[in-house]
Amino acid sequence: MVGAKTEGQQATVAPAIELRGISKAFGPVQANKDISISVQPGTIHGIIGENGAGKSTLMSILYGFYKADEGQIFIHGEETQIPDSQAAIRAGIGMVFQHFKLVENFSVLENVILGVEDGAMLRPSLAKARKTLKSLADEYELHVNPEALIEDLGVGTQQRVEILKALYREADILILDEPTGVLTPAEADHLFRILNGLRDQGKTIILITHKLREIMEITDTVSVMRRGQMTATVKTKDTNPEELAELMVGRKVLLRVDKVPAQPGENVLDIKNLRMVDDHGVERLKGINLNVRAGEILGIAGVSGNGQSELLEVLGGYATATGEIRINGDPIDLTGKYSDGRSRRERGIAHVPEDRQEHGLIMNFPAWQNIAFGYHHSEEFQKNALLMDNAKMVEIAQDKMDRFDVRPPIPSLEAKSFSGGNQQKIVVAREIERNPDLLLVGQPTRGVDIGAIEFIHKQIIGLRDQGKAVLLVSVELEEILSLSDRIAVMFDGHIMGERMPDQTDERELGLLMAGVTGEGDS
Amino acid sequence: MDKMPKWADVALIPFLNLLIAFVLSGLVIFAIGENPFKALMTMIDGAFGSTYGWGYTLYYTTNFIFTGLAVSIAFKAAMFNIGGEGQAMIGGLGVGIACLFIPTVLMPHWTIALVFAMIAGAIFGAGWALIPAYLQAKRGSHVVITTIMFNFIATALMGYLLIGPLKLKGAQESASASFPDVTNLPTLHELLAPLGISFSKSAPANVSLFIALAMCVVVYLLMNRSRLGYEIRAFGESPTASVYAGISPTKIIIVAMMLSGAISGLMAINATMGQHERLILNAVEGAGFIGIAVALMGRNHPFGVLLAALLFGFLYQGGSELSLWSKIPRELIVVIQGLVILFTGALDNMVRMPVERMFIAAAKRKDA
Amino acid sequence: MDLFLTIIQIADSGLRLATPLLFACLAGLFSERAGIFDIGLEGKILVSAFMSAAIAAVTGSVWLGLLCGIFASISFSAVHGIASITFRGNQLISGVALNFLASGITVLAAQAWFSQGGRTPPLMGEGRFMPIELPFALGRSDAEAAGVPLRVLIDQANPIQQIYSEFISGHTILVYVALLMVPLSWFVLFRTRFGLRLRAVGENPAAVDTAGVSVIKLRYASMAIAGTLCGLSGVYLATGLGAGFIKEMSAGRGYIALAALIFAKWKPVPALGATFLFGLLEAIANRYQNIDLGGFVIPVQFMQALPYILTVVILAGFVGKSVAPKAGGQPYVKER
Repeated sequence: MVGAKTEGQQATVAPAIELRGISKAFGPVQANKDISISVQPGTIHGIIGENGAGKSTLMSILYGFYKADEGQIFIHGEETQIPDSQAAIRAGIGMVFQHFKLVENFSVLENVILGVEDGAMLRPSLAKARKTLKSLADEYELHVNPEALIEDLGVGTQQRVEILKALYREADILILDEPTGVLTPAEADHLFRILNGLRDQGKTIILITHKLREIMEITDTVSVMRRGQMTATVKTKDTNPEELAELMVGRKVLLRVDKVPAQPGENVLDIKNLRMVDDHGVERLKGINLNVRAGEILGIAGVSGNGQSELLEVLGGYATATGEIRINGDPIDLTGKYSDGRSRRERGIAHVPEDRQEHGLIMNFPAWQNIAFGYHHSEEFQKNALLMDNAKMVEIAQDKMDRFDVRPPIPSLEAKSFSGGNQQKIVVAREIERNPDLLLVGQPTRGVDIGAIEFIHKQIIGLRDQGKAVLLVSVELEEILSLSDRIAVMFDGHIMGERMPDQTDERELGLLMAGVTGEGDS
Repeated sequence: MDKMPKWADVALIPFLNLLIAFVLSGLVIFAIGENPFKALMTMIDGAFGSTYGWGYTLYYTTNFIFTGLAVSIAFKAAMFNIGGEGQAMIGGLGVGIACLFIPTVLMPHWTIALVFAMIAGAIFGAGWALIPAYLQAKRGSHVVITTIMFNFIATALMGYLLIGPLKLKGAQESASASFPDVTNLPTLHELLAPLGISFSKSAPANVSLFIALAMCVVVYLLMNRSRLGYEIRAFGESPTASVYAGISPTKIIIVAMMLSGAISGLMAINATMGQHERLILNAVEGAGFIGIAVALMGRNHPFGVLLAALLFGFLYQGGSELSLWSKIPRELIVVIQGLVILFTGALDNMVRMPVERMFIAAAKRKDA
Repeated sequence: MDLFLTIIQIADSGLRLATPLLFACLAGLFSERAGIFDIGLEGKILVSAFMSAAIAAVTGSVWLGLLCGIFASISFSAVHGIASITFRGNQLISGVALNFLASGITVLAAQAWFSQGGRTPPLMGEGRFMPIELPFALGRSDAEAAGVPLRVLIDQANPIQQIYSEFISGHTILVYVALLMVPLSWFVLFRTRFGLRLRAVGENPAAVDTAGVSVIKLRYASMAIAGTLCGLSGVYLATGLGAGFIKEMSAGRGYIALAALIFAKWKPVPALGATFLFGLLEAIANRYQNIDLGGFVIPVQFMQALPYILTVVILAGFVGKSVAPKAGGQPYVKER
């Protein structure tokens, strides 16, 4: 646009993508804060960070899904406005989303030409695409049957179709958002070969991931994001997984919780060879063996998407599985009539779910009705055989809200009107106060402010001190380290190993989380 | 924080929606060359100007309370039951069968006959909702499509029965024999006479009105005070959270639809048993569909449904009076009904978005 | 009269009765393929039937009637589009509302305009579509030339000529247009860029959006097409099949068309089959009140209800599976 810039571009040193001072807020949440980054053409640039670090938001801005509040985008040295996806495509940017944007009952060819057809008739467009696809396939090792329907293809192949779509649109900058999340290791290796080939052909690739192994294996440079900010950009060969893990997790003041050493008792939870296959036929739990004792917090560390959510779902009674789960020595129903959430609660399992908005609360219900959610059959909420005791429910809610310091302490306020931390306190108050034998806790402090974090942590430890068993799942390593009495690391549906918190550190756990087993590991 | 205060959500927006619908209705009247204000006065006079008018208004209101409650229960479970019409028709069949075929020795008094009729009407109505509910729960086929189909099947079935097996032999009309006298329900005239209140003898409003009012209370208690109601509302708000809480989607879908069908079926005690006193072809007269407008307008709350039913009762009676005294046909109320559904249901966001923006802007000005 | 000729006559009548269903079914097809439920077919047929009949009655020109009928139907489509696309309202509620609006407003307008109890004056001459006699078919002129009634002439003809003259020839232009719409719809949907995008938007609007194509424009386009086709359905009903507008003359055809759409699994050629089947059922029900199958009598109401019963059976999954476009009924909201 500006003359000087064009000259810069001709000097062939202009980065393929340069972002300057990008900021984006969603309401009070600052998703991206003053982010600057520059990616050289013909390289693979990794962006790594934990969930919610702001990686996807940044890339959505680049692909025209969101408009940045501030900042500039330069493509090959030229400032470019990207108001919509069309503009991104014109600028040569292609994106492979985490959730594929494919029409399932269309053929590969039809998906590829959608939006970039030549002329009003399909036949010539398809014929041209067929030819182009063949040459692309030969060039980049991207072999897909062009006539196959998407719904008949595996996820790995579907992903190749997404890449083909981008290449067919002559993208020379390719963004992949968590591309290996849904792939098997073999498929991931295949993908990396393809990406290497693309780089050798001069394409620029941005790889968004939270997996250290992938960064080390394939990228040339890597940027680390944390809490909406870009904390570092380094050459991959000059760094190591330990350093990246540290950058990713951060070194902020640890919220050390005062706690006395655990005094574990009998086994409360026994899991043997637990396997679970999801709706898409993907095996999510691949033979889990775990136990949690009374008076103990078992922390499960792991990058999200490695089966922790599924483990909680099975335990909480909303997913079926095979294998064996025992509570206090007695097996529980995993598939039948008594495998639902109500039966689990009756067996003494309370559950603070990972996603309080999707599962833990009815957002349009007032707080007092949410206090009974899941326990609405329980004796204390009933007035007589037919009716529930609303007045008593309000009373109980008021009491819990006062004691758990929920603000504002108004039972008639709808759940959606509370802040994340206070919503979570409502859930925690409900579940902990049932005096369960086993408490399942998923991401207890996700989207929760510092003050509430401390409070919630204290409640969890308090329950442990009463001799209850706690199974804690969190992607926040520091949370795992500060709360757990024992730590198990999950990766790809397996338990990679167990550690004692005082005998390990973030570096070691980070490697286990990345699927790297150290020598002499169990 | 909320985007706007609760009173705006509960009262202001529905009021604006209605206002638009009524202004447009007025324009329609104006466009066909009539005076909307004069028409309104005629309607008010016709509906409320005499006990005769009141009698009809309350008769229609009774119908609409039943069907409005029925639609609102399904809405609470996030389902759209368009099948109220068919369910009320089949409920009428149940009521008719009870009145015609239960030996009168078992029904020595109208109250007992009413109990039998209510049970039969509710069971038949619920049964007519069962297959659509089952298909929704187990096959995911949209309850909207299947209930529409079941409306037509109900019409055909009633047509067949009233021309064939249930038809009174030798009669011209497609109707059953008259019900035994003992099943005839007392009208408001009969009920109010002992209190010294004279009420039109020919108006059809009857004791069913009180059943309908009681039903408002029952539905209120069911939805807001019972565990089942709690589960229905939770499922309607968030199916995913319901599963976390151990609430079975299959159970809720089937139970909520059958409750909806049962209450639609109960409408027949007013129309079939209270008014016609025999089975006729079109006893429901579109009340099942008006239930949709009533539920939407009443914001699915029994008290709101009651008010909306009264409004539509007025429109219905006022509309038919209007068609007698002016050139405006009865179908005016169908237009109003359509506009009310359109603006309170489908175009809600058209009013909501600007109102929300207004409140946000006002809040900002206050902050600044 | 022999059985063969009877069957041909029923088929002939079935084809006429199938025509409004076919137009409406294709309208629903375009709408639902783009991801918008259209319960409002019924109402659109009705307003178009009224408008076309009213304008034809007033101007004496059926073609002007046709234009105005289509215009009325498209206006209703536009309201449906505004409610369900722009304001992301509930598509089902919008459709239901439009049906009521149509059923009331047509009577109101007819009464105000013509004062004939909610109907338009009967259409005559240029006011309605007349049967077209195809070349070589036996028609009135042949009958006059031979000096015998047409009925006799056809009775004596050979079977091919009977099929040709009775079943194929002698319909109004709109019947042939409807038949032509079947391959045309197929072509547009499956052989053009527009069709590809339209189908994609009903299956996965996010795929269309990320490909840089406007979801909103495509959906409005589908509304316009659905409006036009529904318009033709109503026009045919009032000016081809009938001779003027009668209140509630759509008589549930919009819903039967929806049933046919499910039956046809959202495909144009099977839509022809399904609507013809439903047309035949109606023709049979019209011709025979009750059908006696050697002691067992099928009541006419059963024949009338059969389209709905068949649809429920299909939905129950007893006869093949019918999978609707995936994104149907959901307003599109951009998300990552």
